[in-house]
Amino acid sequence: MTAAADLASSYELVVIGGGPAGLAAASLAARAGVSTALFDENPGVGGQIYRAITSTPVKDRAVLGEDYWDGAALADEAKASGALIVNGATVWSLDRQRLVGVSIGGKARVIEAGRVIIATGSQERPFPIPGWTLPGVMTVGAAQTVLKAQGLVVCERTVLAGSGPLLWLLAAQTLRAGGKIDAILDTTPRRNWLQAAVHLPDFALSPYFAKGLALLREVRARVPVHRVDRIEAVGADRVREVVFSSAGGTRRLPVDLLLLHQGVVPNVNLANAAGVTHVWNDRQLCFVPVLDADFGSSVPGIAVAGDGAGIAGGTAAAERGRIAAIAAVRALKPDAVVPDTQAIRQRLQREEMGRAFLDWLNRPADGFRMPEGETIACRCEEVTAQQVRETARMGCEGPNQMKAFLRCGMGPCQGRLCGLTVTELIAEERKATPDEVGYYRLRPPVKPITLAELASLPISEAERKAVER
Amino acid sequence: MVRTADVVVIGGGIHGCSTALHLALRGLKPILIEKDYAGRHASGVNAGGVRQLARDLQEIPLSISSMDIWECIEALVGDDCGFEAHGTVLVAESEAELAGFRERVDDLNLRGFGHEELIDAAELRRLVPAVSDRCPGGVVSRRDGAADPFRTTQAFRRRAVEKGAEVVEGVTVTGLFRSGANWRVETSAGVFEAPKVVNAAGAWADRIAAMLGEPVPLAVVAPMLMVTSRLPAFIKPVVILRGRKLSFKQLGNGTVVIGGGHLATPWRDSNETVLDWQKLAVSARTVWELFPAMHAATVVRAWAGIEAYMPDGIPVVGRSSTSEGVFHQFGFSTHGFQLGPGTGAVMAELVATGSTNTPIDGLGIERFLKK
Amino acid sequence: MFKRLAEKGPAIAITVDGKTVNAHAGDTVAAALLAAGIDHCRTTPVTGAPRAPYCLMGVCFDCLVTVDGVGSRQGCLIPVREGMKVETQLGRREAGR
Ligand SMILES: Cc1cc2nc3c(=O)[nH]c(=O)nc-3n(C[C@H](O)[C@@H](O)[C@H](O)COP(=O)(O)OP(=O)(O)OC[C@H]3O[C@@H](n4cnc5c(N)ncnc54)[C@H](O)[C@@H]3O)c2cc1C
Ligand SMILES: Cc1cc2nc3c(=O)[nH]c(=O)nc-3n(C[C@H](O)[C@H](O)[C@H](O)COP(=O)(O)OP(=O)(O)OC[C@H]3O[C@@H](n4cnc5c(N)ncnc54)[C@H](O)[C@@H]3O)c2cc1C
Ligand code: FES
Repeated sequence: MTAAADLASSYELVVIGGGPAGLAAASLAARAGVSTALFDENPGVGGQIYRAITSTPVKDRAVLGEDYWDGAALADEAKASGALIVNGATVWSLDRQRLVGVSIGGKARVIEAGRVIIATGSQERPFPIPGWTLPGVMTVGAAQTVLKAQGLVVCERTVLAGSGPLLWLLAAQTLRAGGKIDAILDTTPRRNWLQAAVHLPDFALSPYFAKGLALLREVRARVPVHRVDRIEAVGADRVREVVFSSAGGTRRLPVDLLLLHQGVVPNVNLANAAGVTHVWNDRQLCFVPVLDADFGSSVPGIAVAGDGAGIAGGTAAAERGRIAAIAAVRALKPDAVVPDTQAIRQRLQREEMGRAFLDWLNRPADGFRMPEGETIACRCEEVTAQQVRETARMGCEGPNQMKAFLRCGMGPCQGRLCGLTVTELIAEERKATPDEVGYYRLRPPVKPITLAELASLPISEAERKAVER
Repeated sequence: MVRTADVVVIGGGIHGCSTALHLALRGLKPILIEKDYAGRHASGVNAGGVRQLARDLQEIPLSISSMDIWECIEALVGDDCGFEAHGTVLVAESEAELAGFRERVDDLNLRGFGHEELIDAAELRRLVPAVSDRCPGGVVSRRDGAADPFRTTQAFRRRAVEKGAEVVEGVTVTGLFRSGANWRVETSAGVFEAPKVVNAAGAWADRIAAMLGEPVPLAVVAPMLMVTSRLPAFIKPVVILRGRKLSFKQLGNGTVVIGGGHLATPWRDSNETVLDWQKLAVSARTVWELFPAMHAATVVRAWAGIEAYMPDGIPVVGRSSTSEGVFHQFGFSTHGFQLGPGTGAVMAELVATGSTNTPIDGLGIERFLKK
Repeated sequence: MFKRLAEKGPAIAITVDGKTVNAHAGDTVAAALLAAGIDHCRTTPVTGAPRAPYCLMGVCFDCLVTVDGVGSRQGCLIPVREGMKVETQLGRREAGR
């Protein structure tokens, strides 16, 4: 185990995040002779798609599927590459001078990086329905994470609700693992099919087409699927029932676990706090960093690779990581031998082919993104949609001003689970675009650190002199 | 199209907004021009400390007139601005330091100022039970307190508009020219004209002054703050130190704001700051030593605001030395939030009547101009 | 809510609010709580509503617990260790104790 004190004071390249993008980037750079450190806050490498790839207790390969096991090669390659890979390492600060604040085992360090690749991936899109804060309501990704990492499978009465490939994947994995799912509430708006259909020819050529169809068939054969327009989690101390409605009427099901999911969006916190410029992507309904062809951001020396650069999936994430790493190596060591980017770009293009279809099909309905009334928008500070809407109507123009009025986005999650909701609510109320409204200006630490950790930062030379004098 | 007003106020911080409000209350029509939005900079992100304690003699009159307004702020702006008065306590960390404080308090008393009061160890412990017990005493200013900075600035802005001021946001002043009896104020969104102009442009105010041939040695600084997660209530007054840089206060919602003057690197052209974690760690260690109750608190956010610092640490308030009809109100040197309400009133009086009874002679811009 | 695929596994004993809970190597604190059927771990500082882990990937902060005396740690990111003392944060603010 690498401790904070073992870190060098600087590395030529620091990669943040150990999913496919980060692993591929770190191995390529390290093999080209660049001194590389990779930090990931999870106990093991793999990121979301390959979570616990080196330690999963799920030994039956059919349960998680072959796509999951592809991750093993990436993890091995990274380990063999000579890059320093540190898990349990949370990066809480990054700035335009490329100083990286990281905590490991309760001790903090600030180290210098010649170049930085942010590969912090994606997170699930907020799913603000009535009752989504109740115990017993979790995300589909959460259930998948404990399946991969701890071999925990849902039992008792479970309902999945939402849309997107991950929902169907987790449903299939659960069934294969012997779990039971009572129902799936499909929130995909019907008209999405119309918008998506024009992109079907491209999607039909992508590797995800056949896989996707097979998954749908596998799950639909064993789980009742209802198309719904409204979902509510009901219960006092925990969720007891899920109430859902569609044109056909309202129904209720008793549940122990309600798993929500409506796609993934880039995890923008670290890049935003480092000053990277982001823009609204209307197809994916989220903010994405503005990047050049090598995934370089608006801040010199900082690149964003993987799903953090805009959602494109795990295989694309690895290719993007490689491209970003090649650019870093070229900048740091112009004479180093690096692979040809042409071939990588072609593979990346193939991966991204079917994306438009998936994006249009899985675009969540307005009602599931922009809630009303007492539905909680900001989980940390318990701010309701109504409060955000009223404050916007009173003249509050953006999320940063909103913070001062309602404290939304000021809790420990730092807007991760309300940022998009608040931006879109303000945009809707003020009849502006999300780009005009903007996003929270995020402040480090992007993950809270204890005062003890901060106090543990090694005393700088200057300070020591000041005390001795 | 040229838009006209009685006064153009440049800058929508607490000072610009307060001046605009007081001008409007005097029946004048001000237009306030702000390049971002009101309270975007120092005025919206500061520590909220409303303190008379430890002020330079030259600014005490402005501080006292401000305090009188703070105590009835709701009557003026229609919002209590989150102001609560639990005092500010300057903690002495040694007997030698306490002796120095005693001299200062005696000196103030001789000059007729009674707001600073020396306290012994017992009174310190009563006011701040959480403080570590090796501190021998300190100074308290009992009327002091803290307010919510963004809310305050917005409240002044809102009330100014209600009273007839116009506020133009997202527009930058780019040039100032004489045009007959008027000043022609060029901006990124057209031209404004008024016989009077107030320069309340904060950390950018030297650029406005330079347009008038008054170069000032304004340093752009970025004091840092950090805030913790919510803690059970354990301290009421604002606590500050002299020897080591620290200011410390717990808000009503339980979060603790830690500051004290350690600086980040400012980039005033892009509205950015880069924090210095080594120095924040110094604050963390100081808090650690002084407040055992804070040992496992978590820091959820740190930030810095862009602020103007003058070489002598006191602001520039008064007439332009070169340009009839222009007034300066900037350079608050990291402690201008408390001064906002009163300075705005004094400035409006000066603009409207040509003079003020509040002594501000030591604050003129002349002090920086080479003879 | 959840059951283990492999009931056997290297056992690790932790305590949760003083009671012993048998976790497995490779568990995070949040996963161990879920496997043990403990379905809330904190109440919110604003209204006192109960909360349980929501995302299990470090973004929601609803899994905050006190670990070995340090408050407000993200249970879903911290691996269990033999003898670890976990306390739920029910009925109090996010006190750093
Ligand atoms: C919960 C979840 C489950 C998913 N499961 C699948 C799946 O099964 N199949 C699939 O095809 N796609 C899945 N995805 C989609 C996912 O986005 C993949 O496309 C892929 O994992 C993206 O790879 P990446 O390298 O960009 O980032 P990720 O794989 O997300 O890796 C990012 C890594 O960065 C780390 N990190 C983040 N912030 C910090 C920080 N501040 N300090 C240190 N480390 C940090 C994270 O711990 C994580 O390990 C999932 C997404 C989510 C959110
Ligand atoms: C972190 C921090 C903590 C602090 N803590 C305290 C405290 O506890 N107590 C206290 O009393 N003081 C404190 N201060 C100091 C206090 O915040 C400032 O002194 C005060 O807010 C200055 O107000 P202002 O209106 O002069 O400046 P600002 O708030 O900076 O306003 C100036 C405005 O002018 C605008 N502007 C500039 N140029 C142009 C142009 N060309 N055209 C249009 N607009 C322009 C800017 O965008 C800006 O909004 C602190 C400051 C900081 C940064
Ligand atoms: S469960 Fe969401 S942060 Fe741990």
